[in-house]
Amino acid sequence: MTTVRISDDALARAGGADRLAAAFEKKGCEVQRTSSWGMHWLEPLVEIDGEGFGPATLDDVDAILDGRSNKSIGNIEDHPFIATQTRITFKRAGKTRPLSLEDYEATGGWVGLKRAREIGSAAIVDEIKHSGLRGRGGAGFPTGIKWETVMKAPGPQKYIVCNADEGDSGTFADRMAMEGDPFALLEGMAIAGEAVGANQGYIYLRSEYPDAIRKLNAAIEIAAHIIAPFKCEVRVGAGAYVCGEETSLLNSLEGKRGEVRAKPPLPALEGFLARPTVVNNVLSLQAVPHILHEGGADEYRDAGFGRSRGTMPIQLAGNIKHGGLYEVGFGVTLDDLVNQIGGGTASGRPVKAVQVGGPLGAYIHPDQFDIKFDYEEYTNAEALIGHGGVTVFDDSADMLEMARFAMEFCSVESCGKCTPCRIGAVRGVEILDRIKAGGRTRDRIELAPQMHNAPKDAGRDAGDEIGLLTDLCETMKFGSLCALGGFTPYPVMSALRQWPEDFTRNPELVKKALPEAAE
Amino acid sequence: MSEKSEILGEIIARHHEREGPLLPILNDVQAEFGCVDAESEALIAKGLNLSRADVHGVVSFYHDYLPTPDPRPHVQICRAEACKARGVEKLIDAASRSAGERVRISTVYCLGLCSAGPAARTGDDLHIRLDEQAITQLVENA
Repeated sequence: MTTVRISDDALARAGGADRLAAAFEKKGCEVQRTSSWGMHWLEPLVEIDGEGFGPATLDDVDAILDGRSNKSIGNIEDHPFIATQTRITFKRAGKTRPLSLEDYEATGGWVGLKRAREIGSAAIVDEIKHSGLRGRGGAGFPTGIKWETVMKAPGPQKYIVCNADEGDSGTFADRMAMEGDPFALLEGMAIAGEAVGANQGYIYLRSEYPDAIRKLNAAIEIAAHIIAPFKCEVRVGAGAYVCGEETSLLNSLEGKRGEVRAKPPLPALEGFLARPTVVNNVLSLQAVPHILHEGGADEYRDAGFGRSRGTMPIQLAGNIKHGGLYEVGFGVTLDDLVNQIGGGTASGRPVKAVQVGGPLGAYIHPDQFDIKFDYEEYTNAEALIGHGGVTVFDDSADMLEMARFAMEFCSVESCGKCTPCRIGAVRGVEILDRIKAGGRTRDRIELAPQMHNAPKDAGRDAGDEIGLLTDLCETMKFGSLCALGGFTPYPVMSALRQWPEDFTRNPELVKKALPEAAE
Repeated sequence: MSEKSEILGEIIARHHEREGPLLPILNDVQAEFGCVDAESEALIAKGLNLSRADVHGVVSFYHDYLPTPDPRPHVQICRAEACKARGVEKLIDAASRSAGERVRISTVYCLGLCSAGPAARTGDDLHIRLDEQAITQLVENA
């Protein structure tokens, strides 16, 4: 009997994987539902004896079984998209059945947890520090130092909270990790619990990921006896982007409005219910079991670049020909990612811009594509790698519209706690609308004779409005409490600087308003 | 006791012992009744020993909770950056036209299907690689 492997990842299912699996079963095949390899342009991908066929439709079933299908991509592991990766966090992707304990154990599962229990908390923290692992949620804070702080914090009750509120557009690595390898996340959390002395974990998961919710709940039920005495619970969000910010997430978890808290106190000392709490992203925790293997920390450290050690699961998204998950050591250039690995745009048109790091990340011009994937390099270029999302736009993109959307998104999702974000984002949308209209004439109030201080000239041109936008962005950047208001200026200003022609017919106005853009 | 308050009581009892029980309760109430209305807020407040203002503050913060039920079928279309890059904005007119008053169309920011957009969600079903024809059909079948 032929064994057919088809992913049960949400993206494959959205592409018709369930119907395909049923069709193969009807033909008398044994169908195994595995995690996804991450080659999304080929999903649903059908695997028979290592050979891949995709994207497969119901019409392809007979041809694939008869060996005359023209959709073969050859041996999947030899495909250049897979063969050039360094998969550590996603080492099981495509290879195991997500909820099979047997598959998990056969691929090194629970070895890290077992060793962690033998070496004890101080040694675990040392290994994490040695690996160089930094928080994969976006801020890049060293995970080992965070754990050490919680470990040393006094208190009888501590918590491990997994931030699985992956709201950034252009990112899906958390989703794939939770759906494809849920036991690894539980193992990572149990190890974190072992390290800091916490016996309770919460996974805060967004409501937009129904498949991940289902899989993780099932995984917790299956593996409860293995991670015990550590306990874990999934908490589902309610559609607020800002709850991906760690303090907002903690408030939401406590059953409050998801408003950001001022720091300090750090969540490590006063987190969930004011008790010491580790808050880590899914990908950070998912990398932990491997690091805790004998020699795993060294291996992890050896991949990487500069002060960014280890691998980054990069997500190629948007208008890209070969989109999907690409895990590789830090240091890869954007040109390699977009043009070589990603194969350029899906539409076949030239690449105009790439947004790295989600809705709060800067738009990067193809002239800067030699930039290396590294926390520090991006920070120096006024950009961020964030959660590793790379969203490609072709030349039909209107950068003024994208800048406006960044402000609009911030205004919709702002938690409302601080003024620069809550009001600034609304004003930002208005200013961008006026820039689009080429400025504005003086209004009735300004022209009233009583308003003798108001200028009575023809009005404000786009250049004046651009100056105002620049001011506003400065205020938001330095005055906001969290990254939502603080980083929204990145996409706005990077779009303005690099594509002034999209903002006004007279780009000289932008140069005048932004002296540094004139270089 | 009306049937509604009985169900609410069961939901509250189910989550009462959790640390931070409010969101799990609200999620269940929204799923059960299609909304979290003033009556539910009052009962939840009583059950958790909170003020009604506390509960209303939380309910009104989150996009997922509705003040009144909307019985229409619901299609969520992702209009975040990655789906915009793949042309979702060109589909909105067609979707709204075929929805009319019968189907509720709403915007969602990201379903995590960013490499294969435009994407949409109906219930727990996800849809990718939508074009005008596919989205029209999706809305018609909703």
